[in-house]
Amino acid sequence: MSEHHHHHDHDHSELSETELRVRALETILTEKGYVEPAALDAIIQAYETRIGPHNGARVVAKAWTDPAFKQALLEDGSKAIGTLGHVSRVGDHLVVVENTPQRHNMVVCTLCSCYPWEMLGLPPVWYKAAPYRSRAVKDPRGVLADFGVQVARDMEIRVWDSTAETRFLVLPIRPDGTDGWSEEQLAELVTRDSMIGTGFPKTPGAPS
Amino acid sequence: MNGVHDMGGMDGFGKVEPEPNEPVFHAEWESRVLAMVRAMGAAGAFNIDTSRFYRETLPPHVYLSSSYYKKWFLGLEEMLIEKGYLTRQEVAAGHAMQPAKALKHGRLERDNVERTMVRGKFARPAPAPERFGIGDRVRAKNIHPATHTRLPRYVRGHVGVVQLNHGCHVFPDSAAMELGENPQWLYTVVFEGRDLWGADGDPTLKVSIDAFEPYLDPA
Repeated sequence: MSEHHHHHDHDHSELSETELRVRALETILTEKGYVEPAALDAIIQAYETRIGPHNGARVVAKAWTDPAFKQALLEDGSKAIGTLGHVSRVGDHLVVVENTPQRHNMVVCTLCSCYPWEMLGLPPVWYKAAPYRSRAVKDPRGVLADFGVQVARDMEIRVWDSTAETRFLVLPIRPDGTDGWSEEQLAELVTRDSMIGTGFPKTPGAPS
Repeated sequence: MNGVHDMGGMDGFGKVEPEPNEPVFHAEWESRVLAMVRAMGAAGAFNIDTSRFYRETLPPHVYLSSSYYKKWFLGLEEMLIEKGYLTRQEVAAGHAMQPAKALKHGRLERDNVERTMVRGKFARPAPAPERFGIGDRVRAKNIHPATHTRLPRYVRGHVGVVQLNHGCHVFPDSAAMELGENPQWLYTVVFEGRDLWGADGDPTLKVSIDAFEPYLDPA
């Protein structure tokens, strides 16, 4: 038990030690002229405000309503998204993979944390942590169960391990009961996890 | 390197724990670490592959017990010391004590931040024709470089099928060690779950990696 307590105390002091070390590093980098604190602020602000899953959701909603865009998106994700202009700029290597009634796609980075930042923002902690990275490629149905998600037993599970600079975005299946919905309405149904492949879009009328 | 970062297929890490309404950062220092890494990368102090290698080379117990941004911080500090941008004395003192080393692209200024928000380009002109076509059967080599590689252990020695050709890209194995970009063809290669995990594996599973040509042999 004392061993247990010791670890807790250790963790606690380590946290504040980290804060101090991070602050010291920024001081040194600033004093040496390597970084401008205002530039750091601007980077942080971009990730806290502009760059998030709403970007991916707009792309998915457009693909659900515009067959020509969807085809272009599946052929060359970066190029198709580049034509939209209003979503955050993606790099050259975005691949969009389509869920079908026969196939469910899931994205992982077993080696680190590669993730389509421009479409989804910074990855959640679970995406970067050992349980997801270790199991997604071996037991994806078990991982999905951790999210409360089940896919039919006979469906193919297609896992994309992001081991290079290619980035993957899942195009989920458009929910039933959304005929005639606008892109803006549809985008509200698109969840971050549905674009990683660990969830589905929201169901119309269900409590959010 | 065969490090603990290469986690695909390992057991024992427990359940995935999604966090409802997760904040972008869990503490302010995390955001400062992210921004310092981005700013120093944009300034040309290191490339993305080198920064990954420094996180991978953290001692296994440190890697496994540190939070994500703690790993980023530890990797950044060590990398900047080893590349000559800082000294250990400066880190201990918490202040600059030595003249600065020139940055390849200069300091990232506030007005140029927007420019860094688009992902870098990794495609390069091809130095040679591609060796594999879509649909070809290929075997992931059984290689164990002690330095940086992006060929995960769980596919080594296994046969898969080429599904996509992404063109020629910067080769991380070379770039991480600052040996040049050495562009190589990059393919998405798909493996059957049961080939990777045996007869007890999920029969509906297919797993792909993005594999550089030097990782592959014809099968």
